[in-house]
Amino acid sequence: MEKPVVLAVRDLRTEFGPAAHPLVAVDGVSFEVREGEILGLVGESGSGKSITLRSILGIVQPRGRVFGQILWKGRDLAALDETRLRAVRGREIAMIFQEPMSSLNPLLTVGLQIEENLLAHTDLDARARKARAVELLDMVGIPAARSRLGDYPHEFSGGMRQRVMIAIALASNPRLLLADEPTTALDVTIQDQILRLIQSLAEELGMAMILVTHDMAVVAETCDRVAVMYGGRLCETGETAAVIGDARHPYTLGLLRSIPRDVPPRTPLYSIPGAPPALSAMPAGCAFTARCPVAGSDCRDARPPLAALSGGRHVACHRLPEAAAFFSAREAAR
Amino acid sequence: MSAVTLPAARPSRLKAFLARAFAKPAFVTGFAILVLSLALALFPGVLAPYDPLAFDLDAIQQGPSLAHLFGTDNFGRDMLSRVIWAYSVDMQMAFFATVFALLIGVTTGAIVGYYGGIADMIFGRCVDAIITFPFLVLVIAIVAVLGPGLVNMYVAITAVNWVYYARLTRAEIMAQKANDYAAAGRVLGYSDTRIIFRHLLPNAISPVIVYWMTDMALAILLGSSLGYLGLGAQPPAAEWGVLIAEGRNFLMTAWWMSLTPGIAIVVTGLGFSLLGDALADLLRPKGR
Repeated sequence: MEKPVVLAVRDLRTEFGPAAHPLVAVDGVSFEVREGEILGLVGESGSGKSITLRSILGIVQPRGRVFGQILWKGRDLAALDETRLRAVRGREIAMIFQEPMSSLNPLLTVGLQIEENLLAHTDLDARARKARAVELLDMVGIPAARSRLGDYPHEFSGGMRQRVMIAIALASNPRLLLADEPTTALDVTIQDQILRLIQSLAEELGMAMILVTHDMAVVAETCDRVAVMYGGRLCETGETAAVIGDARHPYTLGLLRSIPRDVPPRTPLYSIPGAPPALSAMPAGCAFTARCPVAGSDCRDARPPLAALSGGRHVACHRLPEAAAFFSAREAAR
Repeated sequence: MSAVTLPAARPSRLKAFLARAFAKPAFVTGFAILVLSLALALFPGVLAPYDPLAFDLDAIQQGPSLAHLFGTDNFGRDMLSRVIWAYSVDMQMAFFATVFALLIGVTTGAIVGYYGGIADMIFGRCVDAIITFPFLVLVIAIVAVLGPGLVNMYVAITAVNWVYYARLTRAEIMAQKANDYAAAGRVLGYSDTRIIFRHLLPNAISPVIVYWMTDMALAILLGSSLGYLGLGAQPPAAEWGVLIAEGRNFLMTAWWMSLTPGIAIVVTGLGFSLLGDALADLLRPKGR
């Protein structure tokens, strides 16, 4: 029994700059998020994953143009005006950022910042807001929550601040949480704590989540499904276990091979040659062409469709057999 | 562990700030001067030894003495009393000539700084147009049209001066807007008004407050200049600029008539400047 879809993104396209020669940051991206599901959106810097998240909430700065459909519970967010969108933001869909240091207002106590959200999105009176703030801080694992309501952000450590951010985001019981690299700025040990916290909260509250990250290990640990992005396009989607255990797209394969797993010490890691293409120099065909070990001349000109494989997986590549052969040969050579 | 001690630290934040402030000689001096000025401005009737308008034709243009510390003017009026009575006028000028500029400028600056775009461009051109004129010349022109007097002078100064507050606030808001907490506010679905005035402005306001202090000193100078030129406060009201103007014909014979109100301007201006400087130091964020 599959859970109902809460968010369906269809042919999302976000562009910047002049309309005649737009810079396309997100191009034809479609995906679904089901109730209570954690979707990982993976890609390197500049692959358009953060812009995708921001497009969903209509906060693309500076002045991006968003096309396509963003269906949230049957409503198209892309077509909503700012006022209606504001009622969705924070209340139904919340977002947390990468930088816990600068995402909190330095002049307001954390208690007041949580209450700001409650004030904007609930009818609670002052006393109830305060009680709820304590409850939230407690829920995200801040010790002695009641006594810390009056503290300012600079009195918290990085990990604690990210917990506060999460508490603020969850204040009005959102049904979807957009997490934009929530652990990138944190120490590895803290990263793990925060990931587990997010995961258990999502489960507890039945909240869906899109987790943007560049870290395959984070995906493996946290996400139910994963969507790999490259150059503003999706190249592979599917169940996390399937994608990680049996990746098909050469980019995904390359990403996974560049993580040390079960290898003896001093084994050189695979690294994907080159750098991602600039938005202004995106090829007409597959965006990965220039760095792909198995690309042919047709890859440059014809854009591979995101084709369905078995098991609900989708891959966008013209040369799946060649990719599989190339990477298994490398594996065998070791 | 720190969670246990921190709640007790809350009320002491203000105390700690004051302790730092009063450890600064500049702050203490500025503060003392302004408290004294304010006292003189609020209670001139109590503190002035004579009636500032009463002629004493037996004591015309007497030099400083024990009976008249600042001497007397050409009608035998006690200069000390006149200088003291002038405090109420000049301190009022410092406040009213700046406070409306502050309110209008900060609001405008915050809004154009946040939204940018066309509003910002139009604002920029308006600012350029106003700033092109020398400040004093523009104020004099406006007063000349409206007619002399204190209220018209406030209107004239505000009409020009708000621009400086707006420019400063705009720049500060733009800098704050780039912070993630502004984006976080949008993502949380807060209204623009709330983001601008509750979240961004408090973070942007301290340079404006510091500027305000200095500007109050400038407002006294400007008000006195206009008074001197006969465009501000009108005789026989005691105002430092007016007093200096009255004394200018007697500089060789009765120098104290112009010098004593001049000293009052310098000292009060210094008080505002010292306080402004000290506040700038205190409010400047230290490296974290």
